[in-house]
Amino acid sequence: MPDNRPPPLLSLRGMTKTFPGAVANREVDLDLRGGEIHALLGENGAGKSTLVKMIYGVLKADAGRIMWRGEEVDIRDPAAARKLGIAMVFQHFSLFDSLSVLENIALGLAPAAWAGRGRRNELRSRIHAVSARYGLPLHADRHMHTLSVGERQRIEIVRCLLQAPKLLIMDEPTSVLTPQETSRLFETLKQLAAEGLAILYISHKLDEIAALCRRATILRGGRVVDCVQVADQNARSLAARMMGEELPDADLRPPAAAATADRPARLEVAGLSRAPAAGVAGGVALKDISFAVRGGEIVGIAGVAGNGQDELLSALCGESPPKPGDTGCMAIDGQACALAGARRRRRMGLAVVPAERLGRGAVAGMSLAENALLTAFERLPLMSHGFIRARACRRFAAAVVARFKVKSRGVDAPAASLSGGNLQKFIVGRELGQSPGLLVVAQPTWGLDAGAAQAIGVALRDLAERGAAIVVISQDLDELMSLCDRIAAICAGRLSPLFDTRAVSVERVGLLMAGADAGDNANRAARDAG
Amino acid sequence: MVYLSPLLALGISLVAGTVMFGAMGVPPGGALYAFFVEPLTSAYGWAELGVKAAPLLLIAVALAVGFRAGVWNIGAEGQLTLGAICGGGIALWLYRVDAAWVLPLMLAGGVLGGMAWAAIPAFLKTRFNTSEILTSLMLTYVAALLLSLLVHGPWRDPDGFNFPESRLFSDAATLPVILPGTRLHLGLPFALALAAAVWVMLSRSLVGFQIKVIGQAPAAGRYAGFSERATVWFCFALAGGAAGLAGIVEVSGPIGQLLPGISPGYGFTAIIVAFLGRLHPLGVALAACLLALSYLGGEAAQITLNLPLAVTGVFQGMLLFFLLACDVLILYRMRIRLRNRHPGKAAA
Repeated sequence: MPDNRPPPLLSLRGMTKTFPGAVANREVDLDLRGGEIHALLGENGAGKSTLVKMIYGVLKADAGRIMWRGEEVDIRDPAAARKLGIAMVFQHFSLFDSLSVLENIALGLAPAAWAGRGRRNELRSRIHAVSARYGLPLHADRHMHTLSVGERQRIEIVRCLLQAPKLLIMDEPTSVLTPQETSRLFETLKQLAAEGLAILYISHKLDEIAALCRRATILRGGRVVDCVQVADQNARSLAARMMGEELPDADLRPPAAAATADRPARLEVAGLSRAPAAGVAGGVALKDISFAVRGGEIVGIAGVAGNGQDELLSALCGESPPKPGDTGCMAIDGQACALAGARRRRRMGLAVVPAERLGRGAVAGMSLAENALLTAFERLPLMSHGFIRARACRRFAAAVVARFKVKSRGVDAPAASLSGGNLQKFIVGRELGQSPGLLVVAQPTWGLDAGAAQAIGVALRDLAERGAAIVVISQDLDELMSLCDRIAAICAGRLSPLFDTRAVSVERVGLLMAGADAGDNANRAARDAG
Repeated sequence: MVYLSPLLALGISLVAGTVMFGAMGVPPGGALYAFFVEPLTSAYGWAELGVKAAPLLLIAVALAVGFRAGVWNIGAEGQLTLGAICGGGIALWLYRVDAAWVLPLMLAGGVLGGMAWAAIPAFLKTRFNTSEILTSLMLTYVAALLLSLLVHGPWRDPDGFNFPESRLFSDAATLPVILPGTRLHLGLPFALALAAAVWVMLSRSLVGFQIKVIGQAPAAGRYAGFSERATVWFCFALAGGAAGLAGIVEVSGPIGQLLPGISPGYGFTAIIVAFLGRLHPLGVALAACLLALSYLGGEAAQITLNLPLAVTGVFQGMLLFFLLACDVLILYRMRIRLRNRHPGKAAA
């Protein structure tokens, strides 16, 4: 068909990038037109991030050409990319903890946009206007370190939109949003696309791509395996092309929830209240949280980012001792643990997967073997007389890498060299490898491709079937509904009653996440029964 | 590349030193020879190198542990002074006792004195979250004044013609020389043993792992259940103890009495040593030798070339300056922008 339309906004031809020991991209071609939302699909390590980093000028291609509106361009650095009109929301955020939202956004703009009080006020109102218009609530004067992962992502999105880009690259943008927020974001994206913006959308969520994108480029092993019209595909066929094999069926839920009803509770939380952390503006207080999790059961806690999930996670894992005024009881396997520190709770059988992978779940500059030691030394024989058994650590790390198919350059590779999804697999594997009696997981599959997410889901269910109690804190409601036996929502530091996931609708939980009153008698009864 | 940075800094310092000597009207070749080579042309010179390197290594290797954990103890000089006061006080108190246990008691007193002084910033940091950089540094001056007060007053030598000096320590209170004919004393074996112990601790033990985790990623440390508070205390206790030991070793060894000025800034120079040695015990040992040489060279240059003793400080300062500059330029790329390239209106 003769094509007399104007040249594509962005054309890639033969993009190739090699890293020591691996080819990340091999001769990738891609065309993108204004007003198009184009999906970039692929497993973890398929080369999606490498490709968009080359477009954004973060990485330099070994070979290949980039055409912008038909003219070959040399994108030397992100500033050059921004100048062309390319903006990007990264999977790992680039925000300064010690600065405010406004200052972080200003850093990405020219000084003319923020120098002087008047311009700063103007920028503040622009931020509020954009965030209101696109449904991304933000307060410009809050400090970064007080914000949750989800709120940080909003800043990244708003920061991009402020620059009025021609092409917006989004790496996993919805993974921390509620269904309501996601659909609002999709409306925004569709509206932006209708205004002529091109969007390159990286996601592993096949249903999202079906809802949003017209075309999808599928990468596998660094090569383009296909470029398809999404309308001609369904989720299974997309997944099959992405992985090169059929996705096995797996119902993660046990046949009957009643099977665990008579087991004793492995985690009990009663009347837990916590003041917001000192010096953290905008921290959320936990108010009178009570729930219990039985062995063999997976309990989900849904909620919009910044409603107390971080605080609940740190209260559960014992990172900071309770302060005067904090109340509530907690017990693991019937043993009181409210005053126990993180290490004692681990000895009692707790394992934790935090939401932040680099810097909390793993130390960026340390090797996988050392990161395996980070939490596993309490429950596995990795120490003798205060000294590290280096070989045992390496063996354990290698076992985790093998079991969860973590793509890495071996157990001596630093954690920072792994892609986000592979690092998550490693961290989850490290915690599961300790055979915990109680597992608390935040955002277990954020940034993971369908295959890896399913592997983690299967591993969690497997652990539960061996008698462990599992708490999953996530903003991905679909994931929680498919994985958990019972679910509750947290909103403004209060936890709703727990509901059987078979008996409650997604809409109902969505309302609870938004803080709709959950206090009627029926719900009380549900909690008492649970 | 990061490990080459100290060598690069040394090279640049030598070049800058050449220029400096030239500007002072001294033939640079001869001056550099006098500064860096001449001190090492005799066995006695090598022994002196050990004498100067011992306190530097003792302190720097302990400071390196703290710096790895993000505990910024800048007050080792004060902890050294308190070690000298406590250990020296015991020597003066047991002046007439001639027993083998006097010296070990003094050494223990020195270690505890340094630890006690280091405990103050540790307490302030863990209790009130004060900046240990400021408190530990300020306590250095308090310690110097305390020593001065003691040797001007109660501890002044009754037969000393009113000079602000204590008595000379008795033989039982003097650190034995390990190489006859020189001043090389037990301090060097102490320092080497500490460096070896720290090496093993950092590379093999859980404590060392904990320190590295907390230094690199405090949130990961909390997640793993490592106590930041305990780490702060440990680092201060270790550095305070090591600095206190260096202090008592100095006064019971080469000096032999308490004076108002017992250290040519070992506690501060040790900070340079720690960073020049990339916070690794082996590197710190090499750096301690280099900085010890700068002390010897300064003295030699003063004697043979009539240069002021400040040359030592200038060299140490240049070394640190160039090291920091090299690190910055290795890790970051510098770009010079003559004009604002994104002028005018911001897109809205």
